[in-house]
Amino acid sequence: MAYVPLADQDAETEMHHPHSWVTKYVWSQDHKVIAIQYGGIAIAVGCVALVLSLLMRMQLGFPETFDLIDPSSYYQSVTMHGMIMVVYLLTALFLGGFGNYLIPLMCGARDMVFPFLNMLSVWVYLLSVLILMASFFVGGGPTGAGWTLYPPQTSMAGTPGNGMGIILMLVSLAVFIVAFTMGGLNYVTTVFQYRCRGLTMMRLPLSVWGILVATILGLFAFPALLVSAVMMLFDTLLGTSFFMPAIIESGTPLDYDGGSPILFQHLFWFFGHPEVYIVALPAFGLVSDVLSTHARKNIFGYRMMVWAIIAIGGLSFIVWAHHMYVSGMNPYFGFFFATTTLIIAVPTALKVYNWVLTLWEGDIRLNAPMYFAIGFIFTFIHGGLTGLFLGNVVIDLPLSDTYFVVAHFHMVMGVSPVLVLFAALYHWYPKVTGRMYHEGMAKVHFWCTFIGTYAIYLPMHYLGFLGVPRRYYAMGTTDFIPESAQDLNTAITIAALFVGVSQLLFFINIFWSLRNGKEAGPNPWGSASLEWQTPDTPPAHGNWGDELPTVYRWAYDYSVPGAHQDFIPQNTPESEEPTVDDQHFDPDHDVSKADL
Amino acid sequence: MALAVVIFLLVIGSIIFHFASPWWFTDIAADWGSIDFTINVTFWVTGFVFISVNLFLAYCVYKFRQKDGHTAVYEPENTKLEVGLSAITTVGVIAMLAPGLFVWASFVTVPDNATEFEVMGQQWQWAFRYPGADGTMGTADTKLVTESNPFGVNIADPNGQDDVIVLGPEMHLPLDKPVKALLRSNDVLHNYTVPQFRVKMDLVPGLISYLWFEPNKAGRYDILCEELCGIGHFVMRGAVIIETQAEYDAWLAEQPTFAETQAVAAANPAAGQAQYAVCAACHGAQGEGNQALNGPKLAGQQAWYIERQLKYFKQGVRGGDGDINGQTMAPMANMLADDNAIRNMAAYIVSLPDTPAAETVSGDIANGYDIYDRNCAACHLDNGEGTWYTDAPKLAGMSDWYFVTQISNFRAGIRGLHPSDDYGEQMVGMATAMSGLEEIEDVAAYINTLR
Amino acid sequence: MSLFKQLTDKPWERKGVIGGLRPEGVFESPPERVALGLFLTVASVIFSLLAVSYVLRMSLPDWTPLADPSQLWLNTALLVISSVLFQWARNTANAGKQKNLMTAFVGGGVFALLFIAGQMLTWDNLQASGYFMASNPANSFFYLLTGIHIAHLLGGLWVWSKSSIRLISGGKPEDLRLSIELCTLYWHFLLIVWLIMFAMLSNT
Repeated sequence: MAYVPLADQDAETEMHHPHSWVTKYVWSQDHKVIAIQYGGIAIAVGCVALVLSLLMRMQLGFPETFDLIDPSSYYQSVTMHGMIMVVYLLTALFLGGFGNYLIPLMCGARDMVFPFLNMLSVWVYLLSVLILMASFFVGGGPTGAGWTLYPPQTSMAGTPGNGMGIILMLVSLAVFIVAFTMGGLNYVTTVFQYRCRGLTMMRLPLSVWGILVATILGLFAFPALLVSAVMMLFDTLLGTSFFMPAIIESGTPLDYDGGSPILFQHLFWFFGHPEVYIVALPAFGLVSDVLSTHARKNIFGYRMMVWAIIAIGGLSFIVWAHHMYVSGMNPYFGFFFATTTLIIAVPTALKVYNWVLTLWEGDIRLNAPMYFAIGFIFTFIHGGLTGLFLGNVVIDLPLSDTYFVVAHFHMVMGVSPVLVLFAALYHWYPKVTGRMYHEGMAKVHFWCTFIGTYAIYLPMHYLGFLGVPRRYYAMGTTDFIPESAQDLNTAITIAALFVGVSQLLFFINIFWSLRNGKEAGPNPWGSASLEWQTPDTPPAHGNWGDELPTVYRWAYDYSVPGAHQDFIPQNTPESEEPTVDDQHFDPDHDVSKADL
Repeated sequence: MALAVVIFLLVIGSIIFHFASPWWFTDIAADWGSIDFTINVTFWVTGFVFISVNLFLAYCVYKFRQKDGHTAVYEPENTKLEVGLSAITTVGVIAMLAPGLFVWASFVTVPDNATEFEVMGQQWQWAFRYPGADGTMGTADTKLVTESNPFGVNIADPNGQDDVIVLGPEMHLPLDKPVKALLRSNDVLHNYTVPQFRVKMDLVPGLISYLWFEPNKAGRYDILCEELCGIGHFVMRGAVIIETQAEYDAWLAEQPTFAETQAVAAANPAAGQAQYAVCAACHGAQGEGNQALNGPKLAGQQAWYIERQLKYFKQGVRGGDGDINGQTMAPMANMLADDNAIRNMAAYIVSLPDTPAAETVSGDIANGYDIYDRNCAACHLDNGEGTWYTDAPKLAGMSDWYFVTQISNFRAGIRGLHPSDDYGEQMVGMATAMSGLEEIEDVAAYINTLR
Repeated sequence: MSLFKQLTDKPWERKGVIGGLRPEGVFESPPERVALGLFLTVASVIFSLLAVSYVLRMSLPDWTPLADPSQLWLNTALLVISSVLFQWARNTANAGKQKNLMTAFVGGGVFALLFIAGQMLTWDNLQASGYFMASNPANSFFYLLTGIHIAHLLGGLWVWSKSSIRLISGGKPEDLRLSIELCTLYWHFLLIVWLIMFAMLSNT
């Protein structure tokens, strides 16, 4: 079967040109509109999760003072905050939002391979969000079983939302997985098959690599969540005993027997750990491009960066049980999983080194996206290093289920990816809207977010060292926790409220700038990658006008010696700009030159 | 520029925070110094990386920020440098992992001379079992659990007869003896954590997990549940007392064996009736209660709850400062000579006819339902009948005014803060679900509908 | 260029257009087939995870093997026929012939429908003889696995029905060749999954 060339891609896209406002902005098959829809829904639902976190912080920082939530709603907030942030915000925004917007543009394609499926994906995603939100309004409220949904407690009387709440959660997850699969098949196939002429895989920007590998991880990992959600639904609704052993509910023996709660945990974390990298890898990719562009320097060690993304993606499937060191599974597994977990630190560390080395001898433009990107390096180093504590199996014994864990994963997959999200949103905002955001406001937003979140999470690690357990509505009295710990909690809450409120700056900025921002021009950052070379800004339907681009070079030709300007767009033919291999490039030589 | 300075200051600030922080691991009380050692190794290795990489980052941002006439250097990669950095990282990782794996090996290998004890977790209580004189614990199964056999010990198993049963959340262990905790759960996942011992493990229904440690410092330490186990997770507390072998042996000898708990003679309601005359003065001849004399309704209440409260009054666990009415109960309860008399009394009260108490409190029933359904029903059940399993007394049809005063007492710290009132302490935590008198009355009004 | 060689390529050293006049995909296949290949991998992951759960759950003490319902052999035969018919349709379409194409393609789907009906009948029979969903984990897995398999078949039948309508309403075999080929691939995959599942269910 012969390969269907891009000529068909043209013919296909022509057929779906929108004709009315509704087909253009609502039932749109344009990847850019779908990206904005995905992003809008994700950010909206993320705001719900943000408010929930602030409610919890108010309870923890000022117990008895505000009295906004009772124990039941505290556990519901814990659960919904976690699930929304991890799945419905971060996964959807990175892959559905940025994946949709950037893949076709960076690959020089007119659209995704299957635009209709793409449109279906976003609407099914919206459906999953609506189902999830509906659980706030049913009797008993949303589930309070923790975002890990561990059986048997998910469906038992002692857990809030054990009726409709958990059922809606499981159904919503299943629907989300369907949406993700439709989108994911699209992203991967587009990257594999719809790259424009001359664009080899190794010429792709790292954003595409990160999103591609993350999507593949998602395609392989989400089935585990689907399977466990379906089996749990069977247990809850049909009385099977996949995960449910013989147990007692409020003094009454239940009709279950022989199931294994640990089996669920294995399935859940087989999804759950790759999920961390589903969030992290796109962030790695996007931040690489932001750093490189604003440092006016190619990303350092591009090949190793690609290999590291692939290696991390592969390894992420064999580390899952490090979430289960103290779960009662066979403790001998600890040796294997501690080793694999710490091995993953090596490619991850290499990525950090290469980000910093990208700055080395660069010409760093400290624009707002660059602020966020550099802030990311700092928080990611912090979050990555604390991961070495928890991954090392014995250290997990005292620290697991304490605030150390909470601080660690918020640092590494909360703050860090969110800083990248903001970096990326500001960085690509001019391309998406055609206007610049307000630089000053964005920088104030950065300072509040960066310093504020550090003020939240650095002290929180110390609560964990102290042994303060997580998921406690109130600490009550213990002998080993000094009263000063409550002061620390209060301080953390104040910082959290500050960070929460300061996010308004972001919203004000992006909406204000839609009308009042300066005209950005097609390529305000002087970026070499393909998405900045579109004939229209914002790119029109079909992206490339009459003719698809041809790519002559990689995406990182910045500050090439002898070039006319400090970047060479990917679609500039080699006849127009010098090529470096003519000059017998010698890195050592260059290093000495810079020291002058 | 500012960014470089801020990153520099954050690094310095983190170091200062660390050294100024009074918040660090609580003093270790078990022979797991090797875990603390591994933590320290990891802390210094990662601390070094944190400081050096971030300072280098700050330096780069400062040094290579955009300046006129300055251009970036073109350098696609430097394989030697990257491989070298990876190699150094690998060495650092091995330095952290190797001691970790060795210590883990000793954690998974329980010494042969470790004595066993069992930890039972259930919503939201701890209970403990010791093997007794024969050194072996009898088999047990969740399916055998009843009110009189809360561990589900197999009655036919001879090994189980001398097992020592500890139903309160307080356990004892001898100093300097390795012990192996066998962990079981009757319902959901729990986690047995004593921060001073450094080790923890989940309790999983359907299987027996374990951990071991050697306590080496006498004292009383908190046991916490650290695996989310439902709404009462944060009030699932216990305590472990580490003491000399002699003290431990003396304590153990006082605890009943399984056989003894099964052989208790049936209570005698008639004997209870004889002593009830004193009670009738305030609580009514039929235990129907009398608000004017602050005597709540007793008829219909669960026997185990009446027994426990009588003991509390006797021991002064209830009726402390501020609890004027409770204080009057102490001399009354003291008239009951021993546990048998208390049991007879409870048995008599249970035999009294249970007619719902008069409604004296009104409130917003819908709001009361909302609060009750979300926070109270998990233990006191949807119908307000209560159950021994969660140590929750009956509420439905009991004196509503008494409910209001008791919840107010819990909220005010008048009841439940005595160190031995383990179950009352849970209510101190849960009573915050009601924000004040108004909501307490709402809940009372709702409970009045459950009859 | 092999994938490995591509990945070790130093992209900054080579300028100019790499490859031919037309863009090249990683796979020499139409995107639909690449996407189906990916989806089949995803579905394999789903079924493998179920199989792993099955084996792990089987090792727990309360497992009672399922009595082998002989009707499953008949159902298997129906699915095999369905797959064979699809293969026939694919060969016919590839050869560009019209004759028998409709019979084979539509027939393949109809036999798949018969298979589903047969599976449901098996459920009924099992329930009638007291093997309920919750009576034993082996039963639960039987209903779960067959149910998920049927769900996959139904997805395939949705695509099949669209293509069938196009075929019946006079679509040209050339236009439908890809869609027939992908259906055939999908059916073979589900047949293999079923055979593995059947072997597993009846031998444990």
